[in-house]
Amino acid sequence: MGAVVAGAAAAARITWREARVVELIDETPSARTLVLDVPDWPGHDAGQHLDVRLTAEDGYVAERSYSIASAPEDARVALTIERIDDGEVSPYLAGDVVVGDAFEVRGPIGGHFTWRVGDGGPVLLVAGGSGLVPLMAMLRHRAQARSTVDARLLVSARHVEDLLYREELEALAADPSLSITYTLTRGAPERWKGFTRRVDMDMLQTVGPDAVAMPRAFVCGPTPFVEAVADALVSLGHTAAAIHTERFGPTGS
Amino acid sequence: MPLSRGFHGRPRRPEVDPSRVPPGQYVTNDFPVLSAGPTPRTPLDQWSFTVQGAVDGGAKTWTWEELNALPQETFTVDIHCVTKWSKLGTTWTGVSVDTLLEDVATTAEYVSVYADGGYTTNVPLEDLMDGKAWVAHTFEGEPLEPAHGGPARLVVPHLYFWKSAKWVRGLDLTIDDEPGFWELAGYHNYGDPWREQRYWSD
Repeated sequence: MGAVVAGAAAAARITWREARVVELIDETPSARTLVLDVPDWPGHDAGQHLDVRLTAEDGYVAERSYSIASAPEDARVALTIERIDDGEVSPYLAGDVVVGDAFEVRGPIGGHFTWRVGDGGPVLLVAGGSGLVPLMAMLRHRAQARSTVDARLLVSARHVEDLLYREELEALAADPSLSITYTLTRGAPERWKGFTRRVDMDMLQTVGPDAVAMPRAFVCGPTPFVEAVADALVSLGHTAAAIHTERFGPTGS
Repeated sequence: MPLSRGFHGRPRRPEVDPSRVPPGQYVTNDFPVLSAGPTPRTPLDQWSFTVQGAVDGGAKTWTWEELNALPQETFTVDIHCVTKWSKLGTTWTGVSVDTLLEDVATTAEYVSVYADGGYTTNVPLEDLMDGKAWVAHTFEGEPLEPAHGGPARLVVPHLYFWKSAKWVRGLDLTIDDEPGFWELAGYHNYGDPWREQRYWSD
């Protein structure tokens, strides 16, 4: 927490810009990536998010925040949006939008849940469901920068078909300094090699790195998931200040 | 403002009074959790609340029992999170900041609110006075859950909710304005939802 505004966007005001959809990628049955052309995008740090503003014909406006999936090095800004069935904005973005459509965005936002290769490591990234999105930006950034910082990614999802970016992650895992571990909490296919339970202390210990290595931890996912993982990391001896969290959704209580 | 082709939004909810919803916000019945790190858990016998800093006569500290022995107020307010959700008609119980500052003489104009976990947030002193802020320990009749800031959080409903520090442990009265955690991370220094002061350049 040094500078008044962290990251590449220090000087740029956070103003609304028109984003045009140039590509759509269906990631899972419920998640879709929107690749956006945003003229004069000021740049971002991996882990930051942006605000989307939609305007209906009757003037009604809806704003939401979404994590950025693309690396700072990418020319285009990518969002991966999980459709929430009774949601107001995500069914539109993850379902109705077609290439060529435009809406407003502003950002980047958030100077806390960010990682740059220069920050060093090791890093421990723990994702629940679509909480993988900002962590993917970090891994894409790490790959683009050809960093060999020790990085561990643990992804928890309900079913194997809910796993985001699987092929790309498989390719990234050719790098021996990156380890990727999956766990499926609602059943696994035959010959599944990953874990099949909720993230717990044993699993985090297996994934590592150990608390004595003082990793920077980034945990993102639904609130109960993040609460449980962050508590487990504290119990394992990780420093609270080194555990960065981003929660979404209701509390579940 | 460009129209979003084919976007209609949710049917407008007749039960929601639009005059209570600041620009860019939507009303939720959930109570989302936003925190930058793990949830701290300070045992109540080790908990205290302190008013310190530019205070004539020195700091004042209350234990958990002493805080609960002060006059309690139950209040119902609308709250607005910078991440876009608003929650209308939330009911809390706690101690008015006016009560905590009753015997405090100061020339400070700002407050650095501090909390377990190292969180700080800055608020002009006048924004915490005259019935505008409380240290609350009870939400909808139940002890405030740790994830929502229990055992006690500040509640300053007229500002974005990051100013309502969870796990609050004290007020540091300051002569100069000292930006806190989110204020240093790109969020607005004051945070008025009605002027949509979300980010530093708003």
